[in-house]
Amino acid sequence: MGDPMRIRATTAGDVVDVKILMRHDMETGQRKDAAGKVIPGHFIQNLVIKSNDRIVLDGLFGPSVSKDPYLAFKFKGGAKGDKISVTWTDNKGDTRTDQTIAS
Amino acid sequence: MDKKRRDMIRIGSALSMAFAAGILKASDVFGAEWSPKVFDAKSLDAVLKELGGDKFAVSPDITITAPEIAENGAVVPVAISTTLPKTEYMAILVEKNPSAMSASFNIPPGTEPNISTRVKMGTTSNVIALVKADGKWLTASKEIKVTLGGCGG
Repeated sequence: MGDPMRIRATTAGDVVDVKILMRHDMETGQRKDAAGKVIPGHFIQNLVIKSNDRIVLDGLFGPSVSKDPYLAFKFKGGAKGDKISVTWTDNKGDTRTDQTIAS
Repeated sequence: MDKKRRDMIRIGSALSMAFAAGILKASDVFGAEWSPKVFDAKSLDAVLKELGGDKFAVSPDITITAPEIAENGAVVPVAISTTLPKTEYMAILVEKNPSAMSASFNIPPGTEPNISTRVKMGTTSNVIALVKADGKWLTASKEIKVTLGGCGG
């Protein structure tokens, strides 16, 4: 399930400013543990952000996105009270969705 | 016999056209597929080839906002933005990482082509912004010096 994300969505006019902090190890698959064994990669691959039912951004991550990924962007045509939802899926099939209300 | 062979060729080419059409469709649909070919590619040229592009141009209308020197390569804040109209796709690549592609985004109409995130950098390298706007591939790059690498361990 993963840990909850922190999402902030603030409106200025009809522009919504979205800031997301996901909780994920983003293990690259390149690091080795103390015994010299490669730690398998574990990272977010897909990301979809919706405002109500409209997709406002979708992205793909590789293992070189930092641990606990941060993402910020803006979209037009939003309003206070819009439901902003973020869904990610990682390479092990784990997925998580969190949402917030634009303020 | 000869006719049969021609028929087979005809069927084959029709199939391959449908296949190509299918691929085009997949890239049009939002919620793009994560492709290991794109994320394992070692260079900008290789990534672009996997994305279906062949050539790109350096554009002054793309801006990369990032520190000149990153003390910690595990967390390098990078923002990419552009003033190009009809931007539909943006990606961040780190040239000298084991795989170049770091993150890519489809930009639907209404979303501003301005995205901030954080990436890992193994060593001092160029960070590349790859943008598809109005059907054209455009790039900008910026060198970031890393004093402590963020890959491997």
